Amino acid sequence: MDFLIEAILSVVRPIGITEPVLQFMLVNAILGISMYLLLRTGMFSLANAGFMAIGAYVSVLLTKELDFALGAALVVAVIVCALIALPIGLPVLRLRDIYLAIATIGFGEVVRIFFLNVDNMILSYLNTFQDAGLRRYELVGGGRGVRNVERLTETWHLIVFLIVIIFLLTRLQRSRFGRAMVAVRQDERVAANMGINVVYVKNMVFVLSAMLAGAAGVFNGHLTRIVTPEMFGFDRAVDILAYAVLGGTSVWAGPIVGGFVLTALPEVLRRFNEYRGVFNGLVLLLVIVYLPGGLINPQGWRKLWASARRRLTGQPAQPEAGGG
Amino acid sequence: MDGILLQQIVNVISLGSIYALFALGYSLVFSVLGVLNLAHSALFMWGAFIGLLVTDRLEMPLWVGLIAAMIVTGLLSVLLELIAFRPLRKRGAARIAQLISSIGAAILLVNIAQLLFIRVYNRVEAAYPRGLVPRQPIIIEELGLRITPARLIVVIAALVVMILLQYLVTRTSLGQQMRAVAFNQRTASLLGINVNYIFLMTFFLAGALGGLAGVLYALITNVVDPFIGQNIALIGLTAIVLGGMGSINGAVLGGFIVAGIQIISIDTVGSSYRDALVFLLLFAILLIRPQGILGQPESTRA
Repeated sequence: MDFLIEAILSVVRPIGITEPVLQFMLVNAILGISMYLLLRTGMFSLANAGFMAIGAYVSVLLTKELDFALGAALVVAVIVCALIALPIGLPVLRLRDIYLAIATIGFGEVVRIFFLNVDNMILSYLNTFQDAGLRRYELVGGGRGVRNVERLTETWHLIVFLIVIIFLLTRLQRSRFGRAMVAVRQDERVAANMGINVVYVKNMVFVLSAMLAGAAGVFNGHLTRIVTPEMFGFDRAVDILAYAVLGGTSVWAGPIVGGFVLTALPEVLRRFNEYRGVFNGLVLLLVIVYLPGGLINPQGWRKLWASARRRLTGQPAQPEAGGG
Repeated sequence: MDGILLQQIVNVISLGSIYALFALGYSLVFSVLGVLNLAHSALFMWGAFIGLLVTDRLEMPLWVGLIAAMIVTGLLSVLLELIAFRPLRKRGAARIAQLISSIGAAILLVNIAQLLFIRVYNRVEAAYPRGLVPRQPIIIEELGLRITPARLIVVIAALVVMILLQYLVTRTSLGQQMRAVAFNQRTASLLGINVNYIFLMTFFLAGALGGLAGVLYALITNVVDPFIGQNIALIGLTAIVLGGMGSINGAVLGGFIVAGIQIISIDTVGSSYRDALVFLLLFAILLIRPQGILGQPESTRA
């Protein structure tokens, strides 16, 4: 495994991708997949930054305070995410497009503010109900976050995890459940008429996606060595969305490529570091306007190419066959 | 009456009028086009930034700054419509695609502002010039009130603009056309309304409202950076959801309610839970009454 990683790195190092960058690329690919699942089912949820935060905090506390191994912490954190996602999903997933987006943005903010204040909450609980008489209480460190986390995540953990996820994902997509997901996206009412339990499919996907985001949070927390609430704000939710949108949601490779490209590009273009944010916004805008299916979408490229050629050669527009 | 309570009411009104102005822009675009423009908060920040440039670098009086900011953000907003919304609408893309493109546009605008900040001020933070508004608070002894002139300007400007907007939407031909487009785009265009023109005007108005809110906000906080839009983006969302998406009166009501909750919660549960309360409220209202307080079913909005 080490040999393989070394081989990959020796190829990509000249263009500016070092091992830490590769690790974040892999983490963000996992995040991209978590968003891909949601978009494939037609749910526009921005809650995954919140679940990532939950995964990161839970696991970091387990490894730091209770000396858990990374694997054990991963399992516990992912289960916690699932247990939180279920009661959130049941009421919230009744909402559709913009309303769902707004509600999940609200959820993400509440999670962030919770971790910002949880120390004070515990402190006031201890002082009022247990007469502890404490001055301060530090569990997650409020705005300063949990510091000095051990750097437990190894590159091969991420590669193995991603490969397992890809394997399960391809199996899932070909299964009855995977097809039900697509049916729900295309038309909920028709899907329900065909005997698909829409509520079950949506909630199941929401929980699966939350678990993946939580796992990414676990790995991320043990890479950055510090976990603060500000790492999981609205910006992060948008980043996660961008991975899936940029890569495209027609095939599983889309969000992975999206995560890779958006993480690696700023490093590759390090000379233009100043313009990195401008570039991110521009990419998102251009892709959604000109390549609605994302980067990994042969049909979209063909269409774009055809329309560009028409414009260059000045031929009249032909009726397009089939929809993207 | 209790002086502290009165003081709080004054604070709620001045903060609420900024939120209301901001939410109005959101709401206007949503009611006419049915899309959520998440780049609206970037326009808010640009308003504050342009106001800063005009009053600080060009040393113009405040009213010039206000008008310049409104015009520039209005034009930026029109540009947004042309670049981020119209191509998608022409293709018949989902509303979510337009939401994503507005997020892209927001990232772009914030980062361009950041670059400009660094070029002009050598850092990403700058303060409004000191002498712009008088510092001496107006004290009303009998009531125990202290009102800073900045807050007074905020309330007056917001009130004037809100009344003008109400007049525009309900009494003028443009407003009538906007409502017709909001009600049904197809029918409106069959009746001879230039729908694309109405969209441009809507975006201009919305952008100008956002920009104005930005300058007024900066007058109270005094400090501007490229990220001041982030927080208010979510507050504005809460306001329009609370009042009812696409309802103009609802946006104003929602703005004042959110400001009220924030200021009351600072006194009762502490400032750290201020935003948590707002978002819990957002969550609750979406689950219990998604159409908001003044909202109507989709078919009769605007």
